[in-house]
Amino acid sequence: MGSEMNRRDLVKRSAALGLVAVPAAGLLSACASSGGSDSNSSTKPTKGAASKDNPFGVNDSAALDIVIFDGGYGHDYATALGKLYESKHAGSKASVLPTQDITGKLQPRFNGGNPPDVIDDSGAQQIKLDVLQKNGQLSDLTPLLDAPYIDDPSKKIRDVLQPGTIETGTLDGKMYSLSYIYTVWGLWYSGKLFKEKGWTAPKTWTDFMSLSAEIKKAGIAPFAHQGKYPYYINVAIMDLIAKNGGVDLQKRIDAFDPTAWDDPAVLKGITAIYEIVDKGYLLPGTNGLTHIESQTKWNQYKAAFIPCGSWLENEQLKATPSDFDMKFMPMPSLDGDKLPPDAIRAGAGEPFIVPAKAKNQAGGLEFLRMMLTKEGSGKFAAAANSLTVLKDGVGSDVQLRPGTASTVTALTAAGTNTFNYNYPNTNSQFDTDLQNLSAELMAKRLKPAEWVAKAKQLAAKAKSS
Amino acid sequence: MQHRKYPFIVGFLIVPLVLYITFVIWPYIQTIGYSLTNWQGESQTFKFVGFQNYSDLFHDGVFRTALWHNILLLIFLPVVTILLALFFAFMVNVGGRSTAGGVQGVRGASIYKVVYFFPQVLSVAILIVLFGAIYRSDSAGLLNGVLTKLHLEDANNPIEWLNDPNLVLWCLLGVQVWAGVGFYLVLFSAAMQSIPKDIYEAALLDGADRSQTFFKVTLPLLWDTVQTSWVYISIFAMDFFALVSGLTQGTYGGGPDHHSEVMSTYLMRNFLYFGKSGYACAQGVMIMLLTMIVSVITLRASRRDRIEF
Repeated sequence: MGSEMNRRDLVKRSAALGLVAVPAAGLLSACASSGGSDSNSSTKPTKGAASKDNPFGVNDSAALDIVIFDGGYGHDYATALGKLYESKHAGSKASVLPTQDITGKLQPRFNGGNPPDVIDDSGAQQIKLDVLQKNGQLSDLTPLLDAPYIDDPSKKIRDVLQPGTIETGTLDGKMYSLSYIYTVWGLWYSGKLFKEKGWTAPKTWTDFMSLSAEIKKAGIAPFAHQGKYPYYINVAIMDLIAKNGGVDLQKRIDAFDPTAWDDPAVLKGITAIYEIVDKGYLLPGTNGLTHIESQTKWNQYKAAFIPCGSWLENEQLKATPSDFDMKFMPMPSLDGDKLPPDAIRAGAGEPFIVPAKAKNQAGGLEFLRMMLTKEGSGKFAAAANSLTVLKDGVGSDVQLRPGTASTVTALTAAGTNTFNYNYPNTNSQFDTDLQNLSAELMAKRLKPAEWVAKAKQLAAKAKSS
Repeated sequence: MQHRKYPFIVGFLIVPLVLYITFVIWPYIQTIGYSLTNWQGESQTFKFVGFQNYSDLFHDGVFRTALWHNILLLIFLPVVTILLALFFAFMVNVGGRSTAGGVQGVRGASIYKVVYFFPQVLSVAILIVLFGAIYRSDSAGLLNGVLTKLHLEDANNPIEWLNDPNLVLWCLLGVQVWAGVGFYLVLFSAAMQSIPKDIYEAALLDGADRSQTFFKVTLPLLWDTVQTSWVYISIFAMDFFALVSGLTQGTYGGGPDHHSEVMSTYLMRNFLYFGKSGYACAQGVMIMLLTMIVSVITLRASRRDRIEF
């Protein structure tokens, strides 16, 4: 009997101990910072001599440590470029680590002072660039911008990049990340469905709303969005605001100027989106659907429009019917827009970085320079159905799918009228909180005026922090 | 022989003790240290800020909301799980009609025991996928699909279970109860089987009905097990990270608008996403203190005289 009681006591005590130990599990990551040193004493390979062909002075014998986010674009392009790097620098070894868990794999290495040489810092587990930069963990990429373009050494890299690439990578006045993929954002629809029903893509918001009424009558939901991730609808909202208020307003929002939110364009943009909700044009249940669920319903002709970036085609490759004829269009224009109807949000995404404490920093920069060639860019476009930031980087030999082809047309039409918000890169918390507000608006729990007032408060908070 | 005793004990304890200190105690101390800094999580540069993080925490409405949700879970999760598990265990073991053979469970009891245990073998990741499909916000979701077919709701206006501020937390609670009941049913069954049958037979002879048997005989003899279960379930209630971050809206979950936020998800978002690691450490210290208080209260409040049998 006695031993029986002891055993029960033991079970109880261990349970109590378990209670105490649980938070420890959550905080184990906290000790990730221990034991590291911030000194730069780690053995750097001696730099090779810099020359015209070797502007960063890459040491041929130094290994190159590459970490690639293994998402929708895969990592085969990086492996291929790694081989190319090895062949140009005899004796070097380029290793590619593909992973989806960027934070988990790399946070301890950053803290320990031994990060890899080049990182594709993307995906849900991305380490935020603003956080890395504030901690002095990123190399300034200005030398890369001033280095010669491999395909035509008379040009510098900075001359062959799409507009906005340098701005996207810039934090506190210097470029710290090279975003490699050129993305456009807007609304998407099925060319086949529209042709069948005799609908035309609307240019103005008035047309958009009257077409929506017609679409609803035809028994199709006019609008779907990826409700579980309010990022998407927030893009549509902020685009309407930028097009109505102009680049000036967009810059003020980026600078967290609270008075920017008093601009009438803000209320106009959010009211337009709220109209969709209020008139019942949303796909039923879309507010709770993931991106895959909602996009797939759109692919099944259950909804006519969906907001997204140009990765949509690649992401939905398997769910898209072969005759779907995916088409892109800019956000429709509101009355009194300062930007033309063709203006679109376009910008570089998928940031590549070279850590400041990388052992083979020169090799990391050289790898980025090799990505910015027709060969590298073409390999990527064919594999991932996406454009890169290299101007005219996709040769005529690369066959594009209908959606990607329609983004090329839209980009040509937009010309210099592209814009891109930078606040998501500079303040993750503001971005998250704003998305949260937009989700509440879509669920009809916030009115447009309340959304504006709360967003203004967020901006004031972001400014003061 | 007495003098050989201590080296022997120390020899056995040294390895677990070193492991415990390295992987539990030392991280605690570090966390407390970091909670007094403005550390951002990506390098070793940070400033000492005193109790700034803690005073921020007391003014942080989101943290208070998260704390309140944990308290709600702490109350409802153990109560609902244990009551259901006790009821099922009683029915499975002694709830059947009394026959000449004495006390037994309802018909098919052994099958029920296995079926109830099924959810326990599923990992949390599978639970998330499963309940993602059940709570899906359009008519393709299991719940909405059934309700639509029964004409209890309009297909054009489905219930967005996990996007409804009044429902989301209770939906998650339901998942955890569903997943947990089977385990405690087996635990209570085992404890019930160790209660001598003659006690029940004596009660039956005295004319006790099912509820009297349960409250006067079964429950007092199971008290130790119930108490242990209570502590275990409280652990889940203080954590709840995986379900919230997997099923709800937002980075590491917590949506819509923090209506399913718990302390651990808020901690994680601050630590990994907002780069406020020092602040997150302060939250971790608060969670630790609260959990210790809870465990002390639970063990104290449920203390009772043991019945020897």
